[in-house]
Amino acid sequence: MKALVAIKRVVDYNIQVRVKADGSDVDIDGVKMGVNPFDENAIEEAIRLKEKGIVTEIVAVTIGSATHQDVLRHALAMGVDRATLVETQDSLAPLAVAKVLKNIVEREQPSLILLGKQAIDDDAGQTGQMLAALLKLPQATFASEITIADQQATVVREVDGGTQTLSVRLPAVITADLRLNDPRYVKLPNLMMARKKPIETIALDSLNLSLTHSVKQLSVAAPPERPAGIMVKDVNELLSKLRTHQGIIA
Amino acid sequence: MRTLIIAEHDGQHLNEQVARAITAAQQWQQPVDVLIAAAHTDALAAQAAALQGVSSVLVATDASLQHATAEHLADLVMTVAANYRVILAAHSAFSKNVLPRVAALLDVNMLSDVLEIVNQNTYVRGIYAGNVLATVQSADATQVLTVRGSKFAAAANGNAAGTQTVSVPAAAEGSRWVSEAFNKSERPPLAAAKVVVSGGRALGSADAFAEVLAPLADKLHAAIGASRAAVDAGYAPNDLQVGQTGVVVAPELYIAVGISGAIQHAYGMKDSKVVVAINQDPEAQIFKIADYGLVADLFEAVPQLTAAL
Repeated sequence: MKALVAIKRVVDYNIQVRVKADGSDVDIDGVKMGVNPFDENAIEEAIRLKEKGIVTEIVAVTIGSATHQDVLRHALAMGVDRATLVETQDSLAPLAVAKVLKNIVEREQPSLILLGKQAIDDDAGQTGQMLAALLKLPQATFASEITIADQQATVVREVDGGTQTLSVRLPAVITADLRLNDPRYVKLPNLMMARKKPIETIALDSLNLSLTHSVKQLSVAAPPERPAGIMVKDVNELLSKLRTHQGIIA
Repeated sequence: MRTLIIAEHDGQHLNEQVARAITAAQQWQQPVDVLIAAAHTDALAAQAAALQGVSSVLVATDASLQHATAEHLADLVMTVAANYRVILAAHSAFSKNVLPRVAALLDVNMLSDVLEIVNQNTYVRGIYAGNVLATVQSADATQVLTVRGSKFAAAANGNAAGTQTVSVPAAAEGSRWVSEAFNKSERPPLAAAKVVVSGGRALGSADAFAEVLAPLADKLHAAIGASRAAVDAGYAPNDLQVGQTGVVVAPELYIAVGISGAIQHAYGMKDSKVVVAINQDPEAQIFKIADYGLVADLFEAVPQLTAAL
């Protein structure tokens, strides 16, 4: 079966982004970028399913400018077979991304559609569910375990208070949580070999989708900082400080 | 026009976040309805009807809603969506699963984890793990959003709203609930606890995690939380994870034990009223956001603290 993995290029998770002086947006000029961590879990899972003989071909897709090829190269180096870049200079909201991905799913006809559960830049966590809705397909979000047999995926989901297990008929959309797997490191020789793998580029405009930009970012700001705290020398001093706050300890 | 709240519950009790969503919903100054979808709705509908600020309770009762899938719930919401200008829920694993599906079916964008409702279509929400606050405006005809429960007070009881029955569409095919495993605990739920005691990788093992933190949590009637590192290492179950990708908490007192304080963790706890950090490493990031920092061996300091309480 074919697996499609949708990935997003985001600011590296170790970097604390800054707000531009005019408050119009975050300043990500020259900042290190990479594959959204949850999407890396999605890629890894597809590769493991291929290694188990369940998946036969893996296609990765991302949306963005030509520079976004770097995350596709990373996916190819991990073990993805081929990749598609839907090229646009625009930044798309989750609904628009889901509409683009729907188009790609209809072209590729995968049995399994994998995405990360959220992107660490906008922290929206919507694209997978929206894509499933547009495709009228079952969804299994926040997956920490995926088992595939007889055109069904049994998915353990991380929910508040514990886990839930769902069985979804394929094709289905599954979004990856961090504990689904530990993504493999990409070694230099793999990165070299990945250069030979094909990346198809499709101009977003050529898809003739009607994408609305209904959400506007008016401004951004740094959150108020917590006032500086103090260091206490021992447990007794800590207790006496805590007792100055009414009602938090007996 | 009206506002609809999708109520989360466990089959018997409304989630306490529903009352907070009701407060958030008052911002639109239009009638607020609450949708209860369950196999047995009498008790749940009564709880929702009692909350002040609720205009009407929509009751969808069907055996198929016992463990409703996102697909089924979204289809159900769509049967009434045309009556509503705003559809919202408190931000949680439940609403994150269902509401984006609803938004896509309505062909509108959605705002996740809204911290502040500025006006009827403008919101403040965190991006980049809460390191940036973005003010965003939505031009969509139906506003679909989840709100951060801890930012809104819970609506009080004392109401007697009317109920109306909603017919339930057939369950979507292709998706089936198999089982669920909830970690049983006598402790208060993490998202709602007044005190949270959280442990990090420095605890070193699952046994130490429980042995060191449980007595302190018992004394403080606290919920226990964990950093991602502690969960990944297997010291604590996943549902205890506090942070960008776990639970976001805002208790009166947050005690971080052996937690380094990565930005992803800080996201989940920096709205706590008082933060205490106990860590052996004086350079740990957590001290920058702590009101009271103690550089100490946690295996000595935590039992001392527990004994002194």
